[in-house]
Amino acid sequence: MIYAILRRFGQMLFVMFGISVIVFLIFFATPGADPAARIAGRNASPEVLEAVRHSFGFDRPLYVQYVTMMEKIFVTGDLTSFVNRGWKVVPAVMDSIPVTLSLVFGAAILWVVVSIVIGIVAAATRDSWLDRLLMALGLLGISMPVYWLGEVMNLITQSRYHDSWAFSWVPPLGYKNFSDDPKGWFLTLVIPWITLAILYIGIYGRVLRAAIIESMQEDYIRTARAKGLSETRILLRHALRTSLIAFVTLFGLDFGALVGGSALLTEVVFGLHGIGKLTYDALQNLDLPMIMATVMYASMFVVVANAVVDFVYILLDPRLRTS
Amino acid sequence: MILSVRDLKVSFRTDDGPVRAIDGVSFDLAESEILGVVGESGSGKTVSLLAVMGLITDPNAIIEGSIRYKGRELVGLPARELRRLRGNEIAMIFQDPMTALTPVYTIGWQIAEQIRAHRNISKSKAMERVEELLAEVNFPNPHEAMSRYPHQLSGGMRQRAVIAMALSCNPALLVADEPTTALDVTVQAGILDLVRKLRATHKSAVVFITHDMGVVSELADRVMVMYAGRIVERGSRTELFSDPQHPYTRALLGSIPPLTGAKPRRLPAIPGSPPSLLRLPQGCAFGPRCPVRYEPCLTGKPDLGAATHAAACFRVAQA
Repeated sequence: MIYAILRRFGQMLFVMFGISVIVFLIFFATPGADPAARIAGRNASPEVLEAVRHSFGFDRPLYVQYVTMMEKIFVTGDLTSFVNRGWKVVPAVMDSIPVTLSLVFGAAILWVVVSIVIGIVAAATRDSWLDRLLMALGLLGISMPVYWLGEVMNLITQSRYHDSWAFSWVPPLGYKNFSDDPKGWFLTLVIPWITLAILYIGIYGRVLRAAIIESMQEDYIRTARAKGLSETRILLRHALRTSLIAFVTLFGLDFGALVGGSALLTEVVFGLHGIGKLTYDALQNLDLPMIMATVMYASMFVVVANAVVDFVYILLDPRLRTS
Repeated sequence: MILSVRDLKVSFRTDDGPVRAIDGVSFDLAESEILGVVGESGSGKTVSLLAVMGLITDPNAIIEGSIRYKGRELVGLPARELRRLRGNEIAMIFQDPMTALTPVYTIGWQIAEQIRAHRNISKSKAMERVEELLAEVNFPNPHEAMSRYPHQLSGGMRQRAVIAMALSCNPALLVADEPTTALDVTVQAGILDLVRKLRATHKSAVVFITHDMGVVSELADRVMVMYAGRIVERGSRTELFSDPQHPYTRALLGSIPPLTGAKPRRLPAIPGSPPSLLRLPQGCAFGPRCPVRYEPCLTGKPDLGAATHAAACFRVAQA
């Protein structure tokens, strides 16, 4: 067991190493581009340029540059972009992480709970009007672009009906620290959570319904019926349990990607300065050190989320527990 | 009589019109009796017993007739009442032990689940009972086997676990749907021994579905041969094997290679294939494949009659 965990950990490190090398090569070793000039910033004096070149090792072989870059991100944490303005990259990423995590975690809880309920109810009432209604709503949720939905939410809760009894509790856009103001943190995030979750509720609800219906055709469901179990128990203990594998796979991928910055559109619409927004701005300005750091961070979450998924697989399906 | 089925008819609504899978099946089962039900795939043997179990969940199925268990009518019984009988008084063993158990729970958990669905006992008491049951079906190490998952057991062991599960509430009626078909021959023999032994100890009546005449000749007290949704011949084991009357039964027995005497150069086979239930012939369903058919077979459907050894054939009635 410990060996398996260590091996998984080694794989994770290897994948992250691979990603870091590729990203490094794309942004720092592309022929014809001078990363030092980019990092030094516009109108930087020759002295600054020379200092950047030296501190990033751009006057030395590629592998030294790579190691220097990784050292600046992970060890010393003093990676700086636009040196003349002196913007520290690592603290900027660290400040954005709680925003994105708050957004994605809350939305994930919402979409997992609601989609499991929807999937079960739809599968249990298969082909009834309720099933059709839920699936139609799910499709609606999937087809609404998140930036549009977010703007509509803002329109309703921030301007049109903000003064009505229903939405007067909604605070202005922006993020509040949980430690400073837990209530404010919660209230500002409710609408973004719902907005982000709706798409995934639609997808996950449909996926789970299909998986449950497939499980219900299995022989062991007939056995469970022959045992004299109630339909509810058969559905929840036998069919649902075996249907969760597809659900968990999907969740690992989506969750990792969202934490890694894919929640950009939601972040922009609701004025949340999270990782997505940070990466987007860095790409706009071709802020190379920032791109390097955010990509490393994102890949770490994708890799970790997938490792967690693998672990949950083992919990869900004993057949994967090789002794 | 523990089970009494009268004129059971099961039809399915399909796009091509209704299909009658079971057409007027009647039989009785006495206490601790083993009834062998023989027939080819699609002859309706499984469907008729699924109907007895109330396990036909297809919304397009129409079930008519009467199924009485200990005098109580099962057709039309509310699902809740039926559930109380299923697994408790009427238990079932399925054909493929590889897929009949839920893959994500241990054997012990799955058997205890059934016990606790019908008996109001604690988890630990249920687990003790599971251990006894597994010992009874000859698990070499019952205590350890309880914590095994289905995929960790061989096919024969899984079938034993399924049997232990079926027996967990001391059912008065056990329905076994080809329980040996998916197993190796040596394992089959062990399972058959087990069924015999359990009939003796639990006093359960057994309906044993199979397409293997050899299994029937070893195990059954009485035999029922089905073809295209109808019973074509029934009788005690000795009657049926020493004096088969229906041409189909004769053909089935004729296609078993003899153990002694000269080996036939070619094993006789029944020509043709079973009719599609969508396009049954006008008269006797076996008619097109029957070596002794004559005019009445083309128009009328022969009845089984009421005798203990009876065959649904005009030739037999004529003789």
